[in-house]
Amino acid sequence: MKSFAFHSPGTVPDAFALLNDVSESKLLAGGMTLLPTIKQRLAEPAALIDLAKIPQLSAITVDGDALVIGAMARHIDVVTSAIVRSKVPMLAHLAAGIGDPAVRNRGTIGGSVANNDPSADYPAAVLALDAIIVTDRREIPASAFFTGLFETSLEPNEIITSIRFPIPSTAGYAKFKSPASRYAVVGVCVAKAGGRVRVAVTGAGPCVFRVPEMETALEARFEPGAIASIKITAARLNSDIHADAEYRAHLVTVMAKKAVAAAIQGL
Amino acid sequence: MIIKFTLNGRSRKVDVEPATPVTDLLRETLNLTGTHVGCDTSQCGACTVLFNGDAVKSCTLLAPSLDGAALTTIEGLSGSSGSNRLHPMQEAFHENHGLQCGFCTPGMVMTAVALVTRNPAPTEAEVRHGLEGNLCRCTGYQNIVASVMAGAVAMNEPAIGE
Repeated sequence: MKSFAFHSPGTVPDAFALLNDVSESKLLAGGMTLLPTIKQRLAEPAALIDLAKIPQLSAITVDGDALVIGAMARHIDVVTSAIVRSKVPMLAHLAAGIGDPAVRNRGTIGGSVANNDPSADYPAAVLALDAIIVTDRREIPASAFFTGLFETSLEPNEIITSIRFPIPSTAGYAKFKSPASRYAVVGVCVAKAGGRVRVAVTGAGPCVFRVPEMETALEARFEPGAIASIKITAARLNSDIHADAEYRAHLVTVMAKKAVAAAIQGL
Repeated sequence: MIIKFTLNGRSRKVDVEPATPVTDLLRETLNLTGTHVGCDTSQCGACTVLFNGDAVKSCTLLAPSLDGAALTTIEGLSGSSGSNRLHPMQEAFHENHGLQCGFCTPGMVMTAVALVTRNPAPTEAEVRHGLEGNLCRCTGYQNIVASVMAGAVAMNEPAIGE
């Protein structure tokens, strides 16, 4: 690895000050993407600003009708949180399927959301639950956050502090996982809140997206059969050696049906 | 930079370059070569150690992150008082022939210890799921799973002697 400086601020304002003052600096959360990227020399930051020593960033709380998960909460924290399991069990199920145990012991929700990897699991839940990304300076609705392949509306020196999930009446997540790394080849999250349903798809396209046609059908009848005949176009979907666009388009319907079934079971 | 941490129960103070993976710190600086480097890309799990009790891949953990933490490597599992007695999980791998070439074994054992600590009576399916991040290129998984199942029972037995 090319050498870099390492800073461990104790507060978010201190982290922000370092991020502003130290040129070519990057935030380090769990490092599950950033460290391999640095090792491959795809990124060469002059300094890392570690967020691990800011305890309040890991809190998981209920605030009114929302579940608030701190940006530095690890996947394992979400899996094992009694609050998550009682309020939005789908999120614990989703987090339990990320990577492998060692990755879940380091990787964080904030890191995953900020990176916006097209095959990451969390963006589907953030978009389907209509969550708010809370940063050190503003609140960004999910619909305005994920802007493209590995792109978000975060400013270069902006720090995610938590994700605020409105608690749905029910939600489900299903993914067709890569057998080697368990990322989502296609993952679909379905959430029902009041009379509204949101369907968000990850893995299939360059960025997480919603499927309005499925949402309308599920608002009329919330069961897998309601969307069985809804096919999405393969035109802008990802194609690679693991799955071509046609196959991914097919998987969206299959996984959406499974996600609805999971939601009905309360997963 | 100077980091202070607990390594296998002993306090350590080490001067490290920040851009040092824990694998390099252990193997090159501290001469603890039981932690193996397989893929060096956090796929294979041969470098698994316990970081504050959690199994993590030390090739994808920076040495500065150890500051203030407790680290256990494969060397720290066996008799802490200088005896050569193996940890019950190591003993179970021995008894059940849970290795072929042995390269993945330190990581398998560390992951297994963390798994059983979190879930004292895992099912076979839970063991297989729990070992997803550890690869055995000899493909000797059958005996590895048998070893972890036996090790889980042994870890829950009250210690004899000492």
